[in-house]
Amino acid sequence: MARRSSSGLTDKVEINMTPMIDVVFQLMSFFMCTLKVVSPEGDFDIRMPIAAAAAAAPDDQQIPPVRVKLSAAPDGSLAAIAMNGTPVADFDELRKRIIALVGADSGPNSLAEKTEVEFDADYALKYANVVKAITAVSGKVENGQVVELIRKIKFTPPKKG
Amino acid sequence: MAKRSGGPSNTEIDMTPMIDMTFQLITFFMFVMNFSEAEQDDRIQLPSSQLAKPADGVIEKPITLQLTNAGSVIYAGELVAVRDIGAYLEREKTLMIDENREPNSATIIVRADGRAKTGEVQDIIRICQEKGFERFALRAQYDDRR
Repeated sequence: MARRSSSGLTDKVEINMTPMIDVVFQLMSFFMCTLKVVSPEGDFDIRMPIAAAAAAAPDDQQIPPVRVKLSAAPDGSLAAIAMNGTPVADFDELRKRIIALVGADSGPNSLAEKTEVEFDADYALKYANVVKAITAVSGKVENGQVVELIRKIKFTPPKKG
Repeated sequence: MAKRSGGPSNTEIDMTPMIDMTFQLITFFMFVMNFSEAEQDDRIQLPSSQLAKPADGVIEKPITLQLTNAGSVIYAGELVAVRDIGAYLEREKTLMIDENREPNSATIIVRADGRAKTGEVQDIIRICQEKGFERFALRAQYDDRR
């Protein structure tokens, strides 16, 4: 049976909200102050052991690396691109040449998987151009899907001057 | 003369909508908060790339080297000249050997400014190679523009 208060009146218990609101506002201030808007970042993974150049013994199975030369203008901007000594107009054309060379297939044991690209960039060239070149050779975006091309990438030793 | 009402007025403000909204704001900030331990520095303007999609897995104990536009390296919050990073990497290598890890298993994350000289990035890679590191992750900003 339900109990009723002896006085006959309904008790109205009021919760003191002030401490909770204080804490909630402090929490909100903390999150607002520590908020750091971070844009998504990604990586281009490369494996470059130091002995790779020396250990690269001639092998019948081995495909010679595709050499991509990136020349810099005096201000560090990109002056010219060349693939295996042949001039290339821009990065889109570089990608087309790579696709023409290795084909669109990038599955296991494909030519794209076996082929290696060696970048020979001028010392003063702005790094953003190298990232563009790596993007051009390592894949393309088709209907929102990434189609991988060449994964083996290396650099020539730096040449100051 | 000021008028006074007959009894004390008891005006209660309804706090419920305010508390609801505040909790929603807290939830929002908690979700957007970045808990990742990745080293990022505002001084670096990363080059952007469509293919630089965030990695699925987490790189275990990476070493992050950030190259500024001016050609200095930010390593563990300190500004270091490119030629001096060898000493710091040697220390990392010693620590790794103490933990029974091989230097070639560690990944060096290179966060270089897009305006930095490519030769300086190559210098960093060469110094790392000399210390036995061989896995590199060249970091770029993901650009989803078509």
